[in-house]
Amino acid sequence: MNDSILEMRSITKRFPGVTALKDVSLGVREGEIHGICGENGAGKSTLMKVLSGVEPAGTYEGEIHFRGQPVAFHSVNDSEAQGIVIIHQELALVPHLTIAENIFLGNERSRSGIISWGETNAQAAKLMRRVGLDENPVTPVGQLGVGKQQLVEIAKALSKNVRLLILDEPTAALNDDDSEHLLGLIRDLRDEQGVTSIIISHKLGEIAEIADTTTVIRDGSTIETVDMHGGGTGPSGRALIPRIIKGMVGRDMDSMFPERSAEIGEEVLRIEDWHVTHPTQPDRTLIDGVSITARAGEVVGIAGLMGAGRTELAMSVFGRSYGREISGQVFMHGRPANTKGVADAIASGIAYVSEDRKRYGLNLIQDVRRNISAAALGKVSRSGWIDGNQEISVAERYRRSLNIKTPTVLSTVGQLSGGNQQKVALSKWLFTGPDVLILDEPTRGVDVGAKYEIYTLINELAEQGKAIIVISSELPEVMGLADRIYTLSAGRITGEVSAADATQEHLMELMTMERE
Amino acid sequence: MAGTSDIKGLLTRNVRQSGIYIAFVFIVLLFTVLTGGSLLSPGNLTNLILQYSYILILAIGMVLIIVAGHIDLSVGSVVAFTGAVAAVVVVQHGLPWWLGILAALGVGVLVGLWQGFWVAIVGIPAFIVTLAGMLIFRGMTMQTLGNVSLSPFPSSYQKIAGGFVNGLFGGPGYDVFTLVLAAAVVVVFALQQWRARLAKLTYDQAVEALWIFGIKVAAVAIVIMAFAWQIAHARGLPMVLILLAALILIYSFVSQQTVFGRHIYAMGGNLQAARLSGVKTKLVNMMLFVNMGLLSAIAGIVYSARSNSAQPGAGNMFELDAIAAAFIGGAAVSGGVGKVQGAIIGGLIMAVMSNGMQIMGIGQSTQSIVRGVVLILAVAFDVYNKKRAGSES
Repeated sequence: MNDSILEMRSITKRFPGVTALKDVSLGVREGEIHGICGENGAGKSTLMKVLSGVEPAGTYEGEIHFRGQPVAFHSVNDSEAQGIVIIHQELALVPHLTIAENIFLGNERSRSGIISWGETNAQAAKLMRRVGLDENPVTPVGQLGVGKQQLVEIAKALSKNVRLLILDEPTAALNDDDSEHLLGLIRDLRDEQGVTSIIISHKLGEIAEIADTTTVIRDGSTIETVDMHGGGTGPSGRALIPRIIKGMVGRDMDSMFPERSAEIGEEVLRIEDWHVTHPTQPDRTLIDGVSITARAGEVVGIAGLMGAGRTELAMSVFGRSYGREISGQVFMHGRPANTKGVADAIASGIAYVSEDRKRYGLNLIQDVRRNISAAALGKVSRSGWIDGNQEISVAERYRRSLNIKTPTVLSTVGQLSGGNQQKVALSKWLFTGPDVLILDEPTRGVDVGAKYEIYTLINELAEQGKAIIVISSELPEVMGLADRIYTLSAGRITGEVSAADATQEHLMELMTMERE
Repeated sequence: MAGTSDIKGLLTRNVRQSGIYIAFVFIVLLFTVLTGGSLLSPGNLTNLILQYSYILILAIGMVLIIVAGHIDLSVGSVVAFTGAVAAVVVVQHGLPWWLGILAALGVGVLVGLWQGFWVAIVGIPAFIVTLAGMLIFRGMTMQTLGNVSLSPFPSSYQKIAGGFVNGLFGGPGYDVFTLVLAAAVVVVFALQQWRARLAKLTYDQAVEALWIFGIKVAAVAIVIMAFAWQIAHARGLPMVLILLAALILIYSFVSQQTVFGRHIYAMGGNLQAARLSGVKTKLVNMMLFVNMGLLSAIAGIVYSARSNSAQPGAGNMFELDAIAAAFIGGAAVSGGVGKVQGAIIGGLIMAVMSNGMQIMGIGQSTQSIVRGVVLILAVAFDVYNKKRAGSES
C-alpha cells in the first residue's frame, strides 16, 4: 500500500441550473479498498460517472490521473481499456444468456467472428473460480440469485483485466450471507490479486469493516478523507463512524421552512406490524414489522436512505401496489380499513403521491385537466358521464390555488417544469379528498421557489386537519417539515424522534443502523 | 383580441388533428379529378358507403383497442364467424331475421369474453391472443358452415345492409327526407360547435377568430348538404349510413365524455399511473374486448347481409384495413392517443383511395402497394411529430 493509482483533482461538474460537483478531489492508493460515503444526491454517482467516462472528458473541469498518467475518457470503453470497471447497483446482465456468455458479452472469445465456445466456457470457469462462484458456466444468469449475479459481474470485470473496481451500493440488494461473502471476496481480490476497489455504500458498518480509507462527500464537495486504520495511533474502524456521520450530514438548512400552527388532533392512520416480501425474490423481506401512526394535523416524517424500504412501505400500504405476502393491518380513524386495491385505498381516504411522477404519477401526453381529475372521476361525473365544464372548473380551481404555471389547463403536462408537474400530481390527489396524504420525496426535481410553495401547501393541508406523511432522504427537509420523525433502515423502524429533539447526526445514526 | 388565435397558430398547434382532414380533402379532390368526377357521382357515393361500412364499424372498436395499447388481429375471422352463425339460424333453420341478429351479437360477446379473459385476467399480450383468435374463429367459421357458403338470406335480413329509407316525404325525383335529415344534422352540428365555443370562452381558453369559426362551420355544412344531395339523387338514405352515424355518435361520446372512455386513454398514456389512480385495468381491458367482439358481430351482420351469403373466407384481411384506418386517423402506436372521428376519416381515406383506383381501372396489385405506402407515411408522420414534440420539452 503505497503508490497512488488514481488522483482526481479539482473536479467541477455543472448541469443546467445545478453544480453537481464543486472542486472535488479524490485520491486512491494502489491496492487499497476505498470507501465513499455521502447522503443521497451528494454527488457520489456523478463523480463515478466522470471517472468512468459516462460523463465524457470536456464536460467537466479538473484533471484525472490514473497510474501516474493524465487521462481523458470519452466513453466507458476508454476507461475499461485502462482497467477501470464500474459495477452499478442495477446489475447489467442479460438474464437469458449463460454465465459464460454474460462474462464475455461485448468482449467475445472468437476467431474471425465465430465464437469459440470451448475457450469461452473454459475461461469463464477459471474466472468463476477466482470469485468463488460454484456454478456451471452454461447456467442462464436469470436462474441465479442476486448475490451470485453480483459475482458474475465481478468475474466479468476481472475478464477485462481490472485494475480499479468500482462498486456502487454492492450489498444494497443482498441478504446478510451474500453480503458477507461479497465483502470477503473484495478483500481477497485486494490481498491476493492486488485489485484496488472503490466502494460506495450507505452501510457505514460495512465501510468501517472493509475500507482502508474513506472519503466523505457532501453537497458536491469533498469533506474529508479518513484513514480507517487511524494511522496506527488514532481511533480506527467502527469508532470512526460518528466522525463519518458528522461529515455526511452537517448540511446547511438552506431552504427556509414556513411557520405552522396546526392543532394536532385524533389519530387518523395506524399501521400495525406491516410485513412485505420482495415481488420476485421470496427470501428478501423488504418491510419487517413496521408500525406507525399519524394524527390529524400532524406532519410525520419517514427518513431513510436509498434501499431502506421507504417507497416499498408506502406503495404496499396504498392498495398493495408493491410486493407480495403483505401482512399487517391498516386502521383509519381507529377502524380497520380496506386497502386491498388502489380504489379501496382511495375510498378509505388514503392518497399516495409517488416519488417518480413520470413513471407512476402522471399521464404526460394528457392535459393538466385530465390528470387532475384522473383519480376522482366520480366527482365530476354522474352515472358514468363526465361533466366537461365541471371538470375544467375543478382544474382551474387547483391551478389558481396551487399556482400551477401552465398556459391553460388544457396544456399537456409533459411540457411543464418539474415543480409544476409535481403540483399537478398533488392536485390530482387533493381532489380525491384524502384524510391521509403520503408524499414520497415531494420536492425531488423541483426548483427552490416551487419547493417553498410545496412546503407552504403541506402546512396548509395539515392545518385543514389532514394527516401528512413525508418520505424523504433529505434530512433538513424532514426536520423542517415534520412534527415527528420515524427512521427506517433495512425495512425496520429504528427510531421515533420528535422534530424538536432531532439532530441530523442522531437521525443519520438511526438511518444507518444495521441489523444486529 | 384576447382568447383568440390566428390561423397559422391554430394549424401548427393542431396539425396532428387537422392534418388528417386536410389530407382527406386533398385525396377526395385528387381522385375526383383523376376519375373525371365519377367518384362523387350519386351512384358511386352510395356504393362507397355500402361497400366500406363494415370496415368503418370495425375501425371504431379498433381505435379504442389501440388507444389502450393493444391490437386485435382477429376481427376479420370474427366477422366471418358471426355472419356464419346468423346464416345458420336464418338460412338453415328458417328462423326470423332478428333471431339471427341476436345470435350473431351473442356470439360476438362470447368471443370478446374469451379474448378478454386471456388479455385482462391471464395477462397474455393481445397480439398473441388475437393472432390465436384469428386462427380459432376462422376454423370455427369453416366448421359452422361445413365449408360451403350459405345463401340466400331472406329479404328482411338483406335490408340491414342493402335497405334504403326513400320516399318517406316523397319528392320530385330525389328523396326529400334525406335532405331534411341532413339539414337537421347541420343545425345540430352548428349549435353544438357554438356551445363548445362559448364554453371555451367562459373558461378563458384560446378559440379561433369568429370568421374562421364561421368558415369552418359553413364548410362542414356545405360538405354534408352536398353529400346528402348526391345521395338523395341515387337510391335514398342507406340504412347502413344511419347505423354507422349512430355508432360514430355513441362511441365518440363514450370515448370522450364518460369515465370508461377516460380510463382507456389513461391506461394507454401511462398504465402504471392509471393503476395507481384506482383504474380497474382488468375490467377496462375485458370491456374493451367484449365491445370489439360486439362491433365485429355488427360488422359481420352487415357484411353477410350485403353479400347475401355467409362464406368460409369472408372478412379476410378486414383486421388490417381496420388497423390501418386507426393509424392513418392519428392513433399512436404506443397508445394513449387516437379518436373515433380520426379512425373514421382514416377509414374513409382508405375507402376513397381503393374506390377511386377501382374506377380508374388500376389493378389490385398497384392498389395494394399504394395503400401500404399511405399507411407507412401516416405513421411516419406520427413518429416525426412525436420526436418534434419530444425535442421541445
